[in-house]
Amino acid sequence: MRALVSIVIALVCYEVIARSGWFAQALVPTLPAVASTLWAMLIDGSMAGHAINTLYRVFAGLTLAAGFGLVLGFLMARYRPVENFFLPLVSALMPIPSLAWAPVFILWFGLGNTATILIVFYAASFPMVINTWSGARAVNPLWLRAAGSMGARAGAMFWKVVVPGASPFIITGLRLAFQRAWIAVVGAEMLAASAFGLGWVIFDAKEFLNADIMLASLAVIGAIGFVFERLVFGSLERATVLRWGMVRTANA
Amino acid sequence: MIQVNQVSLEYDTPNGKVLAVDGATFSAADAEFVCLVGPSGCGKTTLLNMIAGFFPPSAGEIRLAGRPVNGQGLDRGIVFQDFAQLFPWRTALGNVAFGLEMKGVPRAERERIALEQLRLVKLEKFAGAYPHHLSGGMQQRVAIARALAYNPGVLLMDEPFAALDAMTRDEMQRLLAEVWRETRKTVVYVTHNVAEAVYLADRVIVMTPHPGRIRAEVRVQLPRPRDPLSVEFLEHQKALLRHLSHKEEEK
Repeated sequence: MRALVSIVIALVCYEVIARSGWFAQALVPTLPAVASTLWAMLIDGSMAGHAINTLYRVFAGLTLAAGFGLVLGFLMARYRPVENFFLPLVSALMPIPSLAWAPVFILWFGLGNTATILIVFYAASFPMVINTWSGARAVNPLWLRAAGSMGARAGAMFWKVVVPGASPFIITGLRLAFQRAWIAVVGAEMLAASAFGLGWVIFDAKEFLNADIMLASLAVIGAIGFVFERLVFGSLERATVLRWGMVRTANA
Repeated sequence: MIQVNQVSLEYDTPNGKVLAVDGATFSAADAEFVCLVGPSGCGKTTLLNMIAGFFPPSAGEIRLAGRPVNGQGLDRGIVFQDFAQLFPWRTALGNVAFGLEMKGVPRAERERIALEQLRLVKLEKFAGAYPHHLSGGMQQRVAIARALAYNPGVLLMDEPFAALDAMTRDEMQRLLAEVWRETRKTVVYVTHNVAEAVYLADRVIVMTPHPGRIRAEVRVQLPRPRDPLSVEFLEHQKALLRHLSHKEEEK
């Protein structure tokens, strides 16, 4: 509800500026104009098509990144040689923006989904690796001792103590990974996707000065990101670490 | 039967070697309640951790039912001081069932046993609660039930009630005495609280620090349940305190 108030106020500010006549109508279309474009694109199904393409790329990249990040993060936390080998690589590669890889990946894999998904994978991997690694190392040693004295062997220790014990970090990692993936996919589509996708629509609309299409796509990008952040990851958190008291909500 | 034989532990610090435990020898008979009492730094927790098998002594030997202790095992249940020892992602019942789960006991069976254990510590109504919804005293009771659930012969307790307020602590001591009477476990209980030791123990082992040594053994043969305000009780307390304060004169 509070989120709605913030959004409405921001929209009203935009509308005031759009109607003020300081900028050309074609460049800063009013909200009704954007809304009718959005509506038309939703009705004819083109917006859904673009969104599905973008979501496919995000989730392909995010799934790969989550799998890779969890495995590498846990291995780094468990085995010193793995940590020694990968930590410098992570530190060196992490600061490189994923979009800086776009030309390289396009050169290697051509335009299309492969390059886009790889860019998303690159962006989303680091939060997963770092958070899994940190989370596994932050597991309370008392839990390990208690579990060990109750006869937990390596497998049970990992699945029933380390994984749930690291879950607050892992869920935060997934959240960060999704945010970075969502940012990366739009950029990647502008550069690497041959057709379709929300990022591609914006880039394509620029050629025809279709500011209303650009803004309609931006609204959809924001809306999908918001839904995932609040509903998907929010409920994941409420069902697990919040319910277990491992993280708390802020006091009012 | 626990036998601790000439056990020492030495560890390295930046300022050189420290002798945390020096030649400790004592034993605990089956179903005996033994308290290790001493000020912080006397090595009582270190000694308990070695009995638990968290790390081996640098010298000496610990035997459990005749067999040398080599690592952790299901023959010992452990309760720590810290409330955070419970798994926050498991309900009280899930925590208590953990050891049975590790043993491969089927679900229905282990939940039945876990519920029984919770009843023993008077928490059966809270079986479905997560630890963060329970008070400190309740969490420690769950921890005791958890350590008893897979039916170890020995219960090792490291100041389990030290972080509780005085009133809850008294209540918990009464409850533990009851649980012990019903289960007849061999208990090694670490505390720095002399009154607690006299209330609970059959035998109190007094330790002094720098280096950690066993200084005396005091048998407590008062009838149970014990009255902490009785003259005999206070006399035992005085005897223990005398042993604890003697260390300065010796130096």
